[in-house]
Amino acid sequence: MAADYGTRMATTAGVTRGTVTTQVERPDRWWLEPVAIVSVLGLFVLYSAWAGLVNAHYYSEPYLSPFYSPCITSSCPHVTFGVPFVGDWWGFSPAVFIVGFPLVFRLTCYYYRRSYYRAFFWAPPACTVPDARAKYAGETRFPFILQNLHRYTWYLAVPIWAILTYDAVLAFIFPTPDHTGFRLGVGLGSLIMLANVAFIGLYTFSCHSCRYLCGGYLDRFRGAPIRYRLWNTVNRLNTRHGLFAWLSLFSVGLTDLYIRIVSMGWLVDPRIVF
Amino acid sequence: MTEATLRVWRGDRDGGAFEDYTVPTDEGMVVLDVIHKVQELRAPDLAVRWNCKAGKCGSCSAEINGAPRLMCMTRMNTFDPGEPITVSPIKAFPVIKDLVSDVSFNYEKAKTIPAFAARPKEADGTRRMYQEEVERVQEFHKCIECFLCQDVCHVIRDHDENKMAFSGPRYFVRLAALEMHPLDANDRMELIRAKQGLGFCNITKCCTEVCPEHIKITDNAIIPLKERVVTEFYDPLAWAKRRVFGRSGRGLPPAAAPGPSSPHSREPEPPSA
Ligand code: SF4
Ligand code: SF4
Ligand code: FES
Ligand code: FES
Repeated sequence: MAADYGTRMATTAGVTRGTVTTQVERPDRWWLEPVAIVSVLGLFVLYSAWAGLVNAHYYSEPYLSPFYSPCITSSCPHVTFGVPFVGDWWGFSPAVFIVGFPLVFRLTCYYYRRSYYRAFFWAPPACTVPDARAKYAGETRFPFILQNLHRYTWYLAVPIWAILTYDAVLAFIFPTPDHTGFRLGVGLGSLIMLANVAFIGLYTFSCHSCRYLCGGYLDRFRGAPIRYRLWNTVNRLNTRHGLFAWLSLFSVGLTDLYIRIVSMGWLVDPRIVF
Repeated sequence: MTEATLRVWRGDRDGGAFEDYTVPTDEGMVVLDVIHKVQELRAPDLAVRWNCKAGKCGSCSAEINGAPRLMCMTRMNTFDPGEPITVSPIKAFPVIKDLVSDVSFNYEKAKTIPAFAARPKEADGTRRMYQEEVERVQEFHKCIECFLCQDVCHVIRDHDENKMAFSGPRYFVRLAALEMHPLDANDRMELIRAKQGLGFCNITKCCTEVCPEHIKITDNAIIPLKERVVTEFYDPLAWAKRRVFGRSGRGLPPAAAPGPSSPHSREPEPPSA
């Protein structure tokens, strides 16, 4: 009979304690990733908070900054839906109304969760590097249990993406010099806005919730050919979801920055108008 | 001939320490070969568990320079020559002796998962499943039960007290294989949420990083299971839809209604959209 090493009883109780307490330090530079994530996300949050609150230089005809889209207050130089939903009484930045939607989408995204649980919460800072806190309940309790509502933020992210795509189309329609008509054209800003919606689209449609809703919930794909093909397409995108998360984050920030410096007159937008 | 120094953890459940062994090595050796050299030349009583030396039995799991790896699949030429290489037993479980740990935690957890229960046969007396339906679960069947994912998972590695409530990534792979199987009739959703502790996982992906079979544990097993749990327990629209329209299938033919033989049976649930 196999020897009982005194662990069996503990196992039955469900707890088998690890006995090796020596911590072998990881010899590689594991801290690079958390440092990079904290720096990039921190910088992005600071920049977007400032850009969203300054309430100026977010429009340079025909370019609208993604931080301010849809623009729904009467103070907007370009009101997205034609009529403003919020009147003159609103004295603050119109970005305040919409910034929350992309924010919660990214905050509850499975990829960003992985990144900030590691980099900000140190749970764990890197694989085999011990957790910073003694107690851990993961996503079983408030507030983290709310991460389960990620699919609702996806429902909101899709229309936002559609509006940004509409903005990108408008970025190819330029006013004539005398402001009496419009002409098609291409400017550096149009291309930047197009790239931005492409990255945001790839990010939004490679989402894990999207993958589930498209067909991942099925156990049998026979009789559901469209859902099967959709699911397969999203699967392929989904393997690069992390990459799209970063690319779209950078592209949103840089699009705003570009429109801002053009609007401030620091740079002349190179463009060809037909 | 070159030499290598292994810093091997020696001890038992009462404690232990690292000891250095310098042995001759040949080209093409893996860490397990060098451990065998140590046994042969320096420490015949060194305990190590291994079997296939081909990365397929999952026996030789250990931590090499602190990283959970299979000793038989870790080539010596991936390390700087002359640098001592530490080899210790997997940390999340109790040590029996030297590099051998007691992984019975995993066997106990395995017992808590209801096995596959086949759906009733179709009218023509057969059960059918199609390639596109089984493809997804084939990945999960590559698991060699090395328990490296269990070892690296911080939920139990750093918090022994969670072992009661959390089964670990290897069992989420198993549960995903069963739950997504086109012919399985058991329902394990409440079990997954409440007893297997899926919510403890914070999708930090260390299990995926160490899996020697390259199973995309987090992306393909854990997150899809989390989404299914959301539909079942957290999505108010899915709940409302259930109330109004009743349960409908995850693409299951009506003939495949679960039989009375499976106590966990129910018709599965589509999401709210
Ligand atoms: S992804 Fe989840 S199961 Fe895998 S190691 Fe991280 S916490 Fe554990
Ligand atoms: S899922 Fe991968 S790491 Fe985990 S036990 Fe199976 S083969 Fe090993
Ligand atoms: S947006 Fe990242 S998982 Fe949904
Ligand atoms: S000896 Fe079989 S996996 Fe290493």
